[in-house]
Amino acid sequence: MCGIVGLFLKDKALEPKLGAMLSEMLISLSDRGPDSAGIAIYGAPTGNEAKITIQSAKPERDFRGLDTELAKAIGVPVSVAIKSTHAVVRTRPDKIDEAREAIQALRPDIRIMGAGDVVEIYKEVGLPEAVVERFDVRHMTGTHGIGHTRMATESAVTTMGAHPFSTGADQCLVHNGSLSNHNNVRRELIREGMTFETENDTEVAAAYLSSQMAHGKNLGEALEGTLSDLDGFFTFVVGTKNGFGVVRDPIACKPAVMAETDQYVAFGSEYRALTKLPGIDNARVWEPEPATVYFWEH
Amino acid sequence: MPATKLSKTAAHDNASRVFDLDAMSLRELNQALHNLTPGSNETAWEVLHPKGSHSVAVGVDQPVTIDVRGSVGYYCGGMNDGAAITVHGSAGPGVGENMMSGSITIKGDASQYAGATGRGGLLVIEGNASSRCGISMKGIDIVVHGNIGHMSAFMAQSGNLVVLGDAGDALGDSIYEARLFVRGKVDSLGADCIAKEMRPEHLELLQGLLDRAGVTGVEPAEFKRYGSARTLYNFNIDNADAY
Repeated sequence: MCGIVGLFLKDKALEPKLGAMLSEMLISLSDRGPDSAGIAIYGAPTGNEAKITIQSAKPERDFRGLDTELAKAIGVPVSVAIKSTHAVVRTRPDKIDEAREAIQALRPDIRIMGAGDVVEIYKEVGLPEAVVERFDVRHMTGTHGIGHTRMATESAVTTMGAHPFSTGADQCLVHNGSLSNHNNVRRELIREGMTFETENDTEVAAAYLSSQMAHGKNLGEALEGTLSDLDGFFTFVVGTKNGFGVVRDPIACKPAVMAETDQYVAFGSEYRALTKLPGIDNARVWEPEPATVYFWEH
Repeated sequence: MPATKLSKTAAHDNASRVFDLDAMSLRELNQALHNLTPGSNETAWEVLHPKGSHSVAVGVDQPVTIDVRGSVGYYCGGMNDGAAITVHGSAGPGVGENMMSGSITIKGDASQYAGATGRGGLLVIEGNASSRCGISMKGIDIVVHGNIGHMSAFMAQSGNLVVLGDAGDALGDSIYEARLFVRGKVDSLGADCIAKEMRPEHLELLQGLLDRAGVTGVEPAEFKRYGSARTLYNFNIDNADAY
């Protein structure tokens, strides 16, 4: 099954409430997937720093002293904001790749959840409520975000098997469904030089989109490509630095509902996820068509 | 006021019995509906704040009216046997699944597999229906004011599907003996589904369905009829009169 949500704000006044709104949307779909949950929040760009979200099974050991060691390794100031098993590393945008490599060298057990100018990604085994509490998602602000609650089918129930998956700067994806040609596509992408953290089918979809966008396609064009190149069941919700997209496979058996007002565009696996949004009673509510790409950009 | 008192009052003057799902559980609502016995005076029910709940008013087997004020999730009115259910909103997947008799009216849109496997009764969708509308229908009548999605009436066995708008791809794939009436365009027909002649008895049947669904200003002659070419199973011509 799985439950997925997405929220793209048009009205800046709602930005302080993004985390709270997205949290409630995800919690309402808890019974669609009790295995793990995750959320990606796109904050406001600051211009002079970029972020890496990291995770460790032993945060006390791995995060202690990381800021000073990392700053020394890359030669510029670094901050590390710890939230339970995750931490957000902030540094100069031009030093992000270097910082990534240094983190892996300094702390081999740390896993990179994602990186970019604005995105932060939090995911863990457990119910949405627990994950939201653990990472204090309700107090996060931002312009858009996506979330997922998982009922695992294609790979193990682990933190790394949880969604969202991020395979490019500020790019991430959540998925309801299962892909059948992911091994082939993964092999092709590895040949292109992409790297994978898991055996998960959804990570392949995320990497596919990253690869397409690295080749110059915009989000809409990249999503269009999934319809011919990915085989299986999918409803994808995707976030980029300034965009938000949705696509369903041509069979479209994985449910999807969308709502749009002057204030936001929202996605839910079910209407239940949308009922607490402001002005939902007067929103345009529709079911996205099969094999049709929808995307919005700021 | 306690619920029991409320229901006695309702029984006395036939006022509608109101269930607010913000204050009471879905299970309480469905249990109260299942507790109805033949001849009950509690004939009018109203459900407030459904907020996309699943399984609202499933398995009702008494001829009561149920007005649901808002949108519902999966399987609303499933297995309905005699109730007249109106959803003043949209419905999630599987509305009226396996309906036996009675009626369900959706004022908004319906998601996928509306009326699936339905054996009887009338399902009216005043907006659009999504994919797989009437899949494996076995006697239900479905009237959709708008459009229907792909793979509708897949393996439909009997009953009537009436669509005032358009139909998506693969309409009536592997159909048995259901009748499909579509007023707009059909993106494509599924395996063994063909356009058929509209004979006087079909016009009459269709007029009856439109009347029952409260459709006005639309003539049966505006529709095309589709059904089975009967090449996918062994059809004995001696049985033709049975259809």
